[in-house]
Amino acid sequence: MSILDIITSICLGIGTLACIVGGIGLIRLPDFYTRTHGASITDTLGANLIVVGLIVHELGNIGDHNWWLNPAKMFLLLVFLFLAGPASGHALVKAAFARGVRWDEPPTPQEGGPHAD
Amino acid sequence: MFAGAMAGILVTMALALVRGIRGPTVFDRILAVNMFGTKTVLLIAVGGYFMHRPEFIDLALVYALVNFIGTIAVCKFCRFGNLARDDARSTR
Repeated sequence: MSILDIITSICLGIGTLACIVGGIGLIRLPDFYTRTHGASITDTLGANLIVVGLIVHELGNIGDHNWWLNPAKMFLLLVFLFLAGPASGHALVKAAFARGVRWDEPPTPQEGGPHAD
Repeated sequence: MFAGAMAGILVTMALALVRGIRGPTVFDRILAVNMFGTKTVLLIAVGGYFMHRPEFIDLALVYALVNFIGTIAVCKFCRFGNLARDDARSTR
């Protein structure tokens, strides 16, 4: 197992972990705007780490015929995901805010929250 | 290595589907579908290396472009109710 395989495993593992954590956040968080946070984690951190892992894996083929072709395509995919994920999330939140989607107010102690005495 | 990453991505896709089915507003469903599309891109890319066919990265690239355009179009439709509306005259 070479050093490139170890780096690929680390990148894929952390990326997959970020994806699963973001998915759990998408299920468990209370309102729409906080769920956007969970989805943005998977769209930027998870996706980009997984693509970086694949690029590092492809670097083991340096010297072959047309070895640069697949890393170049994956670099384009990396740049596009890095730009498109936050852009689509911003458009989605702006559309939801314009349509009047509400968020959960945290309970204040004056209004009989769980810690009011 | 690639099989484990594919399994994790499939678990995340299942979680996104649960939110897409349960989502109280339409924007929750758009969020879940957007995340599902991004995870499909990653699944195609990792699956290409899992099956020793790295050409699948072309499909992943095209799917990422289609997913982004689709999300923006559905957001615009849900915000304005009309895809042909001029944004310059309707900023709010």
